[in-house]
Amino acid sequence: MHIMEGFLPAGHALAWTCVSAPFVVLGARSMKRILAERPEARLNIAASAGFTFVLSALKLPSVSGSCSHPTGTALGAMQFGPGIMAVIGAIVLLFQALLLAHGGLSTLGANIFSMAIAGPWVAFGVWKLAGRLGAPAALAVFLSAFLGDLSTYLVTSFQLALAFPDAQSGFGGAFAKFAGIFAITQLPLAVAEGLVTVVVMNALQARNVQVEGAKA
Amino acid sequence: MSARANSLLLGLAALIIAAPLILNPTGQFGGTDDAASEVVTSSHPAYEKWTGPLWQPSKEMEGLLFALQAAFGAGLLGYVIGRRHGRSGK
Repeated sequence: MHIMEGFLPAGHALAWTCVSAPFVVLGARSMKRILAERPEARLNIAASAGFTFVLSALKLPSVSGSCSHPTGTALGAMQFGPGIMAVIGAIVLLFQALLLAHGGLSTLGANIFSMAIAGPWVAFGVWKLAGRLGAPAALAVFLSAFLGDLSTYLVTSFQLALAFPDAQSGFGGAFAKFAGIFAITQLPLAVAEGLVTVVVMNALQARNVQVEGAKA
Repeated sequence: MSARANSLLLGLAALIIAAPLILNPTGQFGGTDDAASEVVTSSHPAYEKWTGPLWQPSKEMEGLLFALQAAFGAGLLGYVIGRRHGRSGK
């Protein structure tokens, strides 16, 4: 889902950076507060960061014949709220932009918005909603990770379509084209991410470790 | 959930990832990032990239760095789950 360096006009790049920056700052504050109030959360935050590091490094094949990677941002968002994932996601994306030439510094704001803000917020919202509707914990975790992952890629398509509308069909046509690339590839990968997230959430929650908002 | 349910879920995830390689053995499996960039270049040929990456690793180096990223993440995750498991075993 990385928008590559230079592939957003300067105005768009700047605008997304301005949109993302406050989320990262507030996320850092939220993380600081969680660590001060519950020092034992340290371990699960580390695990959530580790999960995002692993999953976003795995480029997996998909039925569309191209490769993409999961995001892993739902795990932390469900346990600690979406704020901390803005910070963790920003670190992962910065690492990839600086060392791997995946994404870039100019597009960092846009990439942070799709992977580290929009995805986690959707994941968190779905998790809360599913819990309120009485869904079983495993189903809630699955839906949260699945939709969080997918939404990241839809936001990337939205960002690209906004910057590069189609000459004939405008924004809508461009969005359909980019979503055709990203979302179709991502669909099976998002299902796989949902399944793996259920297992990891189980492993973290096992043996009476209370997870905020969890029912099981 | 039981260990059996966990194995079942992981197996299913592995199947989803492996399926494309079996169903479409001749596929290119290029990155979607590159595919999107190509769409931009072909639909907006006048667009000029105004900046580029500071540093571009070679293919081999890229593999190394991705492996490091995954290893670091897996290490962290494994450490925490292992600690939980160890503590609860007492």
